[in-house]
Amino acid sequence: MSVPYDLQKNFSEVVSALKPKEAIDEANRCLFCYDAPCIKACPTSIDIPMFIRKIATGNLLGSARTIMEANPVGASCARVCPTEELCEGACVLNHASRPIMIGLLQRHATDWAIRNNVTLFEKGEPNGKRVAIVGAGPAGLSAARELARLGYAVTIYEAKEKAGGLNTYGIVSFRLPQEIPLWEVEQVEALGVTIKTNTRVGVDIMPDELVESYDSVLLAVGMGSVPALHIPGEELEGVLDAIALVEETKTRPLSTEMVGKKVVVIGAGNTAIDAATCSKRLGADHVQILYRRTAQEMNCYQFEYEFAKQDGVEFRWLVAPKRVLGNNGRVTGLELIRMELGEPDAKGRKRPVPIPGSEFSIEVDFVVKAIGQNRHVALVEQFGLQHENGIVSVEEGTYRTSHPKVFAAGDVIFGGGKTDAMVVDAANHGKRAAHAIDKAIRDQKQPV
Amino acid sequence: MADLSINLAGIQSPNPFWLASAPPTNSGYQVQRAFEAGWGGAVWKTLGEPIINVSSRFAGLTFGGQRVFGFNNIELITDKPLEVNLKEMDETKKRFPKHTLIASLMVEHKREAWHEIVKKVEAIGVDGLELNFGCPHGMAERGMGSAVGQHPDLIRQQVEWVKEVAKTPVIVKLTPNITDIRFTARAAAEGGADAISMINTINSLMGVDLDKWLPIPHVDGKGAHGGYCGPAVKPIALNMVAECARDPFVGVPISGIGGISNWRDAVEFLLMGATGVQVCTAAMHHGFRIVEDMIDGLNNYLDQRGIASVMDIVGKAVHTYSDWGNLNLNYKVVARIHEETCIHCNKCHIACEDTSHQCIEIVRDDATGKERLVVREEDCVGCNLCSIVCPVEGTIEMVEIPTGKPPLSWNQRQAALAGGGSCET
Ligand SMILES: Cc1cc2nc3c(=O)[nH]c(=O)nc-3n(C[C@H](O)[C@H](O)[C@H](O)COP(=O)(O)OP(=O)(O)OC[C@H]3O[C@@H](n4cnc5c(N)ncnc54)[C@H](O)[C@@H]3O)c2cc1C
Ligand SMILES: Cc1cc2nc3c(=O)[nH]c(=O)nc-3n(C[C@H](O)[C@H](O)[C@H](O)COP(=O)(O)O)c2cc1C
Ligand code: SF4
Ligand code: SF4
Ligand code: SF4
Repeated sequence: MSVPYDLQKNFSEVVSALKPKEAIDEANRCLFCYDAPCIKACPTSIDIPMFIRKIATGNLLGSARTIMEANPVGASCARVCPTEELCEGACVLNHASRPIMIGLLQRHATDWAIRNNVTLFEKGEPNGKRVAIVGAGPAGLSAARELARLGYAVTIYEAKEKAGGLNTYGIVSFRLPQEIPLWEVEQVEALGVTIKTNTRVGVDIMPDELVESYDSVLLAVGMGSVPALHIPGEELEGVLDAIALVEETKTRPLSTEMVGKKVVVIGAGNTAIDAATCSKRLGADHVQILYRRTAQEMNCYQFEYEFAKQDGVEFRWLVAPKRVLGNNGRVTGLELIRMELGEPDAKGRKRPVPIPGSEFSIEVDFVVKAIGQNRHVALVEQFGLQHENGIVSVEEGTYRTSHPKVFAAGDVIFGGGKTDAMVVDAANHGKRAAHAIDKAIRDQKQPV
Repeated sequence: MADLSINLAGIQSPNPFWLASAPPTNSGYQVQRAFEAGWGGAVWKTLGEPIINVSSRFAGLTFGGQRVFGFNNIELITDKPLEVNLKEMDETKKRFPKHTLIASLMVEHKREAWHEIVKKVEAIGVDGLELNFGCPHGMAERGMGSAVGQHPDLIRQQVEWVKEVAKTPVIVKLTPNITDIRFTARAAAEGGADAISMINTINSLMGVDLDKWLPIPHVDGKGAHGGYCGPAVKPIALNMVAECARDPFVGVPISGIGGISNWRDAVEFLLMGATGVQVCTAAMHHGFRIVEDMIDGLNNYLDQRGIASVMDIVGKAVHTYSDWGNLNLNYKVVARIHEETCIHCNKCHIACEDTSHQCIEIVRDDATGKERLVVREEDCVGCNLCSIVCPVEGTIEMVEIPTGKPPLSWNQRQAALAGGGSCET
């Protein structure tokens, strides 16, 4: 069956680009602050006033370069960064007027670079040193870009068919169309970086081999699939992994399976929001997000919450799944139990506790799991690295693991925080890790 | 990466962006910070007998929400002793030997005074001299600055005195407070100036306080005319540069000054004959780091056009600047409205209807209820007004309508008429 046109349309980018006049007006509104708080609020420290001034003077090439110099995935970040929490939240104009639309201006400049097919950077003079990077997500790509500019011969090993990591496969197209991260990949490849796709380290090539044959190795494998719920009925057809669901919409013709169906999403981070809005856009009639705590403890951003509500997603608080109900191997319902908030846990969040005897059932056709991501524990252990539940331990500032030749960056070292993991943090890690690797290799070269 | 270095009358500079003689170049600390930020050169705050400044000196013009659209000041020349300035200039030149350091000078109308100061500043190794015949306030009342700059004879004589001893190139900075700047520019050239720079500031009163009924700015209840500069003066400065660039009797290189805020402004000055530019207000508004975009923007502009050196664009548009009498009377443009981007503010209609030639109609389509703006091209005189007021860039385009007639200027027409021939425009 061919995909109805409107499903496809549901997956085109939701937020429209700034119109030319809008961009110029907005750029001219920026104060060009000195020691600007917006720069400090950007994990990659993009010189925001400078790139905005360059838009105002019509120097779009320079503007795009200023952005991408600081953040090798700056075009993706322009779309997926929680700007209210970062740069825009820090803009001084919050106190006097409205904050500058930094994300949209960043998109304006990087879109120009994409449209005009420009090359922004050049590779450095080869220095004869080789670095292997495992994983071509935001962290791996950022590190590769920096290392290539410093003259390293860089090879990235990537398990998937295409590079870009979750930007390419995990973030819904209507927020981040695939061509954006793929352009960023091209920019990195243009510097002579080799990306070996369809190559899973630990399976197709062993960690030992990398550690032995390269001067340094960067582990940037992110996180894995969504963990199991550990409830009965989980194996039924119709129980889906949120990340796999999104990936399908980005890699295959849209499925019409969900049209008119009832979907529940379990979890409340940005993965849950993406899965829920995605289901809605795949034609589901009724989409509910189930969360065992309340709106206050939710791990997603206010704008995401609003966006999901606008898409018609319903939220149900203080419930947890107990059992997936099925018939003929297919999901037909879900048994839930009501929760209440008890004593705060170690992080200060109130712990949800089940209310005995409060079980009830709802009818559903699909259950989407979005309760976080697994860790690549096996791979980390193959490398022999010190870790905590799969979160690789690194030395602060240098990103060096317990193995002197191996560094790690991105989600693979993300140990939780105020927000979910972010692309911009991964990019920053990658960039910094590259400079730490460079320093380590240069220090080594120095005769003692 | 294009070659951005310039050569202005023998003065080399790594790029065409200099700070003009003004508060940004008051001290060694500032000029060195500027060089670190990327400025190619600096004209030091004018040296002379140290003066006493008043407190409350500047005022800014906010226009439509944009601050510092214009700027004015009643500040005088340096307030530091010459020895202190020379010491700091010396340090600066030693730390930044490749950057351009120019001494701006203003002394009383005496040959010995000029000889003495020229020798002193050249002794510390400046790359050139700029004679300030431009400041319109305070110094003029003491017979210096624009009091000299308004008299071609005084200019010529003082330049001659300077040239008697100067070993480095001499730039003469001109005042715009004069009817026709070419006369003072020619006098400077006759006196032996190696280059001229323009413009200094324009006589102005920034405003009047509506509550206190006092001039802005005022000093303890009284104000005095100040020097106007900033983006608002750019067209005046650009015209003066272009007029001097195309004047065969001036014939010396020009350093362009006045309202230059970004690389685009700079390119315009270069195309109209300036070999480099000087900036004051934009730096005072935003700090030295604006030079980053100036350099980057200029470089990208040249690269995108495959131009190897910035010197290759100097003066390239001067031949297109002429007298009104040489413009083609048989050339015709009309307004064309691109409906796709029109937002229906009707500003073009009312501008033309009330203040031009009544040829933009609002046409209502009864079927759809939609309105369209339609130009009656046969009545359009091609004044550009509608395209100027239209808020959406590119929506009103002025397009050429071939008239089928050969080019004919007013001068040609008058000549033909005088010669007895007949001539229809
Ligand atoms: C659904 C969803 C929505 C999100 N939305 C946002 C958002 O809106 N804003 C935001 O800032 N962040 C968002 N994030 C988080 C963001 O995507 C991540 O923080 C970021 O992608 C981490 O980058 P990374 O390079 O560390 O890892 P990844 O992007 O996960 O890349 C890791 C790469 O390593 C590869 N790999 C894994 N194992 C191997 C192996 N053994 N051998 C070779 N290659 C391997 C993977 O295939 C992948 O390409 C979202 C995440 C998800 C799941
Ligand atoms: C506060 C102030 C002080 C100035 N002092 C001097 C001066 O001492 N000598 C001089 O030649 N020009 C002086 N100028 C004029 C500037 O050098 C420059 O010619 C003028 O400001 C126009 O450039 P702009 O539009 O970039 O500001 C001064 C300008 C300002 C705003
Ligand atoms: S804080 Fe706001 S106004 Fe200031 S530079 Fe940043 S974006 Fe511009
Ligand atoms: S800028 Fe403000 S603080 Fe600084 S000298 Fe001027 S009036 Fe004083
Ligand atoms: S001024 Fe421009 S936008 Fe406004 S009605 Fe006329 S053409 Fe349309």
